[in-house]
Amino acid sequence: MAKKLINVSVNGKAEEKAVEPRTLLIHFLREELNLTGAHIGCETSHCGACTVDIDGQSVKSCTHLAVQCDGSEVLTVEGLANKGVLHAVQEGFYKEHGLQCGFCTPGMLMRAYRFLQENPNPSEEEIRHGMAGNLCRCTGYMNIVKAVQYAAKKLQEPVTA
Amino acid sequence: MNAPVQTAEAREIALAGMGASRLRKEDARFIQGKGNYVDDIKMAGMLHMDIVRSPIAHGRIVRINKEAALAIPGVHAVLTADDLKPLKLHWMPTLAGDVAAVLADEKVHFQMQEVAIVIADDRYIAADAVEAVEVEYEELPVVLDPYAALLPDAPVLREDLAGKTEGAHGKREHHNHIFTWDAGDKVAADAAFDNAEVKVSQHLYYPRVHPCPLETCGCVASFDPVQGELTTYITSQAPHVVRTVVSMLSGIPESKVRIVSPDIGGGFGNKVGIYPGYVCAIVSSIVLGRPVKWVEDRIENISSTAFARDYHMDGEIAATADGKITGLRVNVVADHGAFDACADPTKFPAGLFHICSGSYDIPAAYASVKGVYTNKAPGGVAYRCSFRVTEAVYLVERMVDILAQKLGMDKAEIREKNFIKKEQFPYTSAFGFEYDSGDYHTALKKVLDAVDYPALRAEQATKRADPNSPTLMGIGLVTFTEVVGAGPSKMCDILGVGMFDSCEIRIHPTGSAIARMGTISTGQAHETTYAQIIATELGIPSEVIQVEEGDTSTAPYGLGTYGSRSTPVAGAAIAMASRKIHAKAKKIAAFMLEVNENDLDWEVDRFKVKGDDSKFKTMTEVAWQAYHQAPPGMEPGLEAVHYYDPPNFTFPFGIYLCVVDIDRATGETKIRRFYALDDCGTRINPMIIEGQIHGGLTEGFAVAMGQQMPFDAQGNLLGNTLMDYFLPTFVETPHWETDHTVTPSPHHPIGAKGVAESPHVGSIPTFTSAMVDAFAHLGMTHMDMPHNAFRVWKELKARGMNL
Ligand code: FES
Ligand code: FES
Repeated sequence: MAKKLINVSVNGKAEEKAVEPRTLLIHFLREELNLTGAHIGCETSHCGACTVDIDGQSVKSCTHLAVQCDGSEVLTVEGLANKGVLHAVQEGFYKEHGLQCGFCTPGMLMRAYRFLQENPNPSEEEIRHGMAGNLCRCTGYMNIVKAVQYAAKKLQEPVTA
Repeated sequence: MNAPVQTAEAREIALAGMGASRLRKEDARFIQGKGNYVDDIKMAGMLHMDIVRSPIAHGRIVRINKEAALAIPGVHAVLTADDLKPLKLHWMPTLAGDVAAVLADEKVHFQMQEVAIVIADDRYIAADAVEAVEVEYEELPVVLDPYAALLPDAPVLREDLAGKTEGAHGKREHHNHIFTWDAGDKVAADAAFDNAEVKVSQHLYYPRVHPCPLETCGCVASFDPVQGELTTYITSQAPHVVRTVVSMLSGIPESKVRIVSPDIGGGFGNKVGIYPGYVCAIVSSIVLGRPVKWVEDRIENISSTAFARDYHMDGEIAATADGKITGLRVNVVADHGAFDACADPTKFPAGLFHICSGSYDIPAAYASVKGVYTNKAPGGVAYRCSFRVTEAVYLVERMVDILAQKLGMDKAEIREKNFIKKEQFPYTSAFGFEYDSGDYHTALKKVLDAVDYPALRAEQATKRADPNSPTLMGIGLVTFTEVVGAGPSKMCDILGVGMFDSCEIRIHPTGSAIARMGTISTGQAHETTYAQIIATELGIPSEVIQVEEGDTSTAPYGLGTYGSRSTPVAGAAIAMASRKIHAKAKKIAAFMLEVNENDLDWEVDRFKVKGDDSKFKTMTEVAWQAYHQAPPGMEPGLEAVHYYDPPNFTFPFGIYLCVVDIDRATGETKIRRFYALDDCGTRINPMIIEGQIHGGLTEGFAVAMGQQMPFDAQGNLLGNTLMDYFLPTFVETPHWETDHTVTPSPHHPIGAKGVAESPHVGSIPTFTSAMVDAFAHLGMTHMDMPHNAFRVWKELKARGMNL
């Protein structure tokens, strides 16, 4: 199948790759770029395990074509931590026991990361609705809610020098 | 060189041993996208396998045409049963003593059965090739109802078993019959019913559901033709069992088979079995001499890998007029699908279902279970459950509620009256289980007080009296006992291998340690909690204890993780291996301190000379000595292995209470309150226990309130995507309240009983109990799950209660 050249920034790194037009973004990330953080749980947009951030929006990468990302900025879980310092959402999941098998976690983190920019000071109800596109089979969600609350609080703390 | 002197308490806290809510060691990799799951594994030259599946539930394969598929560039092979036949790999043994088709041999037995495989350069080409394989079928009549399957003129489903009147579990009475298994004393139970003042009976259907972990099943198989060695990365909850079966099937010596379960994205029983996809990937790798990856998609996962439940149960209880239970009888027809592929211990084809006398002192009981073939996917696995314990608990808890209703007794009162009393433990049930310990009365009182049960009943009475109340209020109560930790190898084996488990611990010269285990975590945080047991036993900080499991080349043989057996069995192995090391360490410390062993006391992390606090040796110092200069006559080194064969099962219990409000207009249910008290004996990490309980309750909520796998008359599964199959989101999932009591197991080295499955087992009947209770004043005694809005609305309508 004829390939198409795309230019995409992934976690701040410019990538120029030739891809088949039918290649899904999740496979492009996992197979081409070896970024295996985003997972495949359903391939039908239901579970959110594949959630990444594209140009400031949460996207389920299992139902998004790689060619659609030409010229975009993609952020995956591998790009969340900054120079070895965990992002507040990562810290929240760790501190509040927001994960068990870890399979949903990268998608959860990426959704939480974006959600807290959309709504920096959410109520529990708002967290539950804002995260509802991501399924977890292990935790029962209560500790994920706490993890998001932890991150919300931390992100609002004044930055100390 | 002694460590800085700190109080014993401070040193104990620093160990982060048993009882500490230690944060999880696993998390660092998972939160940074650095987990290593099967689909993350890539090998040089790796090919991809995909499966051609049957669109029909029952039929003969007339012809398979591979040509178009083989013509696609990048396709390496298309294999069918005929290709596997010369290798004798077209059928395989199941863990239940039956055989299952690896690829359909002349006939398909269920929709989505594996018919052919394609191997290609990548997953896209493989998917193209699957489309291009042409299969022609001749349809046969489909049998979906297990009762219909047993009619004399029912179609023969398993032609491969024609004429076989003996099955793996005794006599086969009919061509679609697998086994009849019974437990208890029929004569005594019948006598109890003959003399009963009160009897109740009820038919209960426990629907077919699927464990549906977020990660589907898959593997990467790599055969090295030069060395004759096979390595397979696999989503398995029991890698050692897989190694044994693969060796038996392939003829490759077990020493040249390496099975690795890397990180696993949830199991819940779905990843115990050995699936055709695994076998096909291994065969493909052997045939092609290249690594082959197979990862199923979600529809394949729900349609073809192991389901759970599908139990048609008839329960009967006999009692005195004042509510003392005198007898229990149960008859079950179990739909096992096309092949008997549940994963129960060999001697128990219905698992540990005979825990169905529950928490109650029932003098006479009898249960009979009949396994039947139908045109559905095989399975019947323990979905977050210790081998059919969920079905058993559902049965007895429903029956006790029904009895209470018949007698006009409160459901708390009837339970209190029939509980096994604290002083009766160890208690032998009518089915022969010896319950290790329990204190049900104390736990029940704690829950009833915590929720102010009388106030809830008063509120309910007010609502019932008000014809304009927009909701129906129901209160569910369940007081369950589980049997977990399979199991004593005198009773429990799988394919002849006893159900022990194992641990190997090495203390390094500088005092850190590695432990290797026969189990495998699928999210339970073994790397965290196992280290805590060692920390307490040996006085080494859990932070410097590495726990490894899942690689059969390095880990000692174990039966794996399911049935809440990791802590009861492997946890005990850890304690016992630690104690072997402790005993040797004590001798070394005595040598170092130049005293007799008996003059030493152990305190947190050190051996102290009795009566002289200044003279001691820490475990770190002892470790150095063990490698530097062991006492004369003693082997150097500090390590131990222990294979733990438990003397008995463990019997965790719990008291769950749920309050529901049903919307009379829509049939939607709001779980207003769910209070879960669990007693799992000694608690190793309270944070992780709580997380396990939240997860189990949520899976229980899913089963009770929404999950089902409906089939149409042709055997098409109508619920095999996440659009149709109910997995609760953040929004529907209730808020959970947890509580506990601690009744240690007297026979377990650290008193732990296992916990992860209790919340699933216990919560499901609690929801049903609450839902039925909402309708109880209208005469309802039972309704089958799932309690989704439409089904509940129909119940409202039938009683003229809809608004
Ligand atoms: S894999 Fe993309 S939503 Fe499930
Ligand atoms: S932690 Fe296992 S699916 Fe969420």
